[in-house]
Amino acid sequence: MSVAIARPQPYLPKALRRVGLLRSCALVLAMVVGAPLLVIALSWGSVDAEIWLHLAHTQLFRLLGNTAILVMGVACSVLLLGVPLAWFTATCEFPGRKHFDVALMLPLAVPAYVMAFVMVGLLDYAGPVQSLMREYIGTGLSFSFRGTTAVVIVMSLVLYPYVYMLSRNAFLAQGREPLEAARVLGLSPLQGFLQVALPMARPAIVAGVALALMETLADFGAVAVFNYDTFTTAIYKAWYGFFNLQTAAQLASLLLVIVLAGLYLERRARGSAKYYQNSRRRTSQARFQLTGPKAWLVSAWCGLVFLIAFLIPVGQLVYWIVDGAWRDWDTRYLDLVGHTLGLAAIAAVITVVSAFLLALFNRTYKGSVSTGIVRLATVGYALPGSVLAVGIMLSFNWLDEWAAQLQTLVGLPVQPIFVGGVLALLLAYTTRFLAAAFGPVETSLDRIKPSIPEAAAILGARPPEIVRRIYLPMLAPGLLTAALLVFVDVMKEMPATLLMRPFGWDTLAVRIYEMTSEGLWQQAALPGLSIVLVGLLPVIILVRRSAH
Amino acid sequence: MVKRVFGTVLPSMALATSLVLGLSGCSEPDQEAQVEDNTKAKPQAGEIVVYSSRKEHLVKPLFDKFTAETGIKISYITDGEGPLMARLEAEGERTPADMLITVDAGNLWQAANIGLFQPVQSEVLEASVPEKFQDSENRWFGLSVRARTIVYSTERVKPEALSTYENLSTEDWDGRLCLRTSKKVYNQSLVATLIERHGPERTEQIVKGWVDNLATDVFPNDTALMEAIVAGQCDVGVVNTYYFGRLQKDNPEIPLALFWPNQQSSGVHVNISGAGITKHAKHPAQAKQLLEWLAQGEAQAMFGGLNMEYPVNPDVPVDELVKSWGEFKADDLNVEVAGRRQVEAIKLMDRAGYR
Repeated sequence: MSVAIARPQPYLPKALRRVGLLRSCALVLAMVVGAPLLVIALSWGSVDAEIWLHLAHTQLFRLLGNTAILVMGVACSVLLLGVPLAWFTATCEFPGRKHFDVALMLPLAVPAYVMAFVMVGLLDYAGPVQSLMREYIGTGLSFSFRGTTAVVIVMSLVLYPYVYMLSRNAFLAQGREPLEAARVLGLSPLQGFLQVALPMARPAIVAGVALALMETLADFGAVAVFNYDTFTTAIYKAWYGFFNLQTAAQLASLLLVIVLAGLYLERRARGSAKYYQNSRRRTSQARFQLTGPKAWLVSAWCGLVFLIAFLIPVGQLVYWIVDGAWRDWDTRYLDLVGHTLGLAAIAAVITVVSAFLLALFNRTYKGSVSTGIVRLATVGYALPGSVLAVGIMLSFNWLDEWAAQLQTLVGLPVQPIFVGGVLALLLAYTTRFLAAAFGPVETSLDRIKPSIPEAAAILGARPPEIVRRIYLPMLAPGLLTAALLVFVDVMKEMPATLLMRPFGWDTLAVRIYEMTSEGLWQQAALPGLSIVLVGLLPVIILVRRSAH
Repeated sequence: MVKRVFGTVLPSMALATSLVLGLSGCSEPDQEAQVEDNTKAKPQAGEIVVYSSRKEHLVKPLFDKFTAETGIKISYITDGEGPLMARLEAEGERTPADMLITVDAGNLWQAANIGLFQPVQSEVLEASVPEKFQDSENRWFGLSVRARTIVYSTERVKPEALSTYENLSTEDWDGRLCLRTSKKVYNQSLVATLIERHGPERTEQIVKGWVDNLATDVFPNDTALMEAIVAGQCDVGVVNTYYFGRLQKDNPEIPLALFWPNQQSSGVHVNISGAGITKHAKHPAQAKQLLEWLAQGEAQAMFGGLNMEYPVNPDVPVDELVKSWGEFKADDLNVEVAGRRQVEAIKLMDRAGYR
């Protein structure tokens, strides 16, 4: 272990290092979640040139352009929405702040496809808003709420909470000292924000934006409502239209390359800067008191975002339910809710544990290999859900082939063990959402200065004690954030659940799919609202806990 | 092609196997209990397993009824046809599925084409399902019929002005037409039959004419399209009959009506939802029993009626509301054209700029 001694990480619990347990766990994990990606990446065995040429001639460039515009639009809007809101609620005091603190997270519980059909239903030509306008103002102001702007607005409204949540945690963790130092050195509050707080929160903000963008790239449900063609559209066209799963997988692997390149560029731009922060939290006693019109402006802005991103869509869902969709209620709903909660909770635990191991591994064995492993393990988030689901299904199916041989050997009846089992579904969730958990876990791990565990070790603490008394308490907010994100994401997840759920394990998202794919928006309102409501509790608990 | 994607991966997967097994011991203690739980939920011997891309609320009442009458239990999952077919193909002979139910002849044709179905010899099915609504090799059978027809605003369009699908591409309809996205298989099948009749060149002209006449971007579904007609954004559109039925049921006064085009020529484009028995079915006899049961009598009436479609079996009465739309001459092409020409149709629509 002479190499390890040469590295500046003596704080890794020795026992772990000796056995290589951490390393093997991380490796195993990366392989497991990497396998489906591998299946997809290895689709390049043969190329159907005809389909490629057709796509290139008719639409590929338009789709790439559309995707680029969408990604940039969403990136800018989630930054502009998420970061200032996080800054205000984390560091300032204004009327209603306590409520907005929690409320601004709530849109996270609204699935993008629900937001999309609600907004189009309200705002497009045939919707109530424009119908009223035509009645009273005339037809002069008609507009189509189905263009690029509309897609960007809808995606940003449901995705900004990622940025809001992660940067809010970062601002809270910074404490007030760095800003006070900045003020003492002559910076204005705005300069302090731009030159001190913002750069310090950069890893968290980037993690949030990365999540939002990966979800944008993977999204199919929302863009389908707008019939907005993105790169994902081409993937589905190759699969569902031309029934060529291989070309679909090839297109998907291109998407992965683009995402990896983007992540790599960000890392490079960040350079070798290290982000360690003081983890004492005193902000609750020391907020900037906003007064007068300034305070009310901030309140109004928070209120407006909350209104559009949460109250209006939820109001529409409630309206549909009152209008008649309540008749769909039956006792099976309790089963649906139970399955949804159960799967989400177990998947959250597994995913967060996995993300923690991976982050610890990455920090301990910092190097290009570990970074590569982490990238591989977390890039699945950007894949369109169904494509990833098929990749996972194929990997598991292969295990079943082995199991079948074993079963024949032993003389048991041959039947699938993995595909169609809960284990497969849970691993699918882990693969898909590891990135969502990894971001917050990694940023909170970054907050632990190496000197702390070092000091503990010098004082004679044994490795398990260091993990228990230093790492876990200091990581708790990050782990909770991660668990919440995964929990809510799993509830909203549709394609993998549809494809891999065991018989009888329908969830709320499955019910929504059943209805929306037939254009029965109103009937989707009840399961849609249920997902939102079930998601509220964890969101509220989390925001409350991290506020102290 | 699933096999091909897959074949190249075997060596790397060998590694992953041991790792997966390692992992379950490494960080996921919760799963043991779950897996046990799951085996209980797995289908028992003698129980039929169905993969259905027809939605639960349209198949479950029938399955419940079948179980009540015969004592044979049915477990099922629903998903889109793409994922279900990929799963069936990957599972191969290990598949638990006995039957695949899906919509649109295009999808059924694809499923048969990649070898997911086995032929079924059944006098009952031959007698119940007309020739043009079943596979020539008896691998799949239609169970309900839907027409994809013209819908128009009764406030702004006189039905005399309407005649054919082809006519919608003329200048008369400039800025007045609404269409659903070409990504939907229903439109692909419609264009496939046009290609069969007119050849690719004429069809491309027709489709281009449609695109030129569009009043607004294409819609994600038929319901939104009809709402746009009601709101005055456009005057005519092309929709499946049952979507119109749903709107009409909610609002009998809705200012929309169906028009049966091409009555002097090819007839209205019709398509089916249907089913086949999987190649590696574990309970082929019971599955055949279910298929025959669905094709006749009360079950057949329910199968179409639940979704306001037409029964495929001519001996079975049509739902009252559906009947009120009137009778029409249907296209007599075998619906498998939709599958055979699907790729061609998609490419043509791409070239014509129909998104």
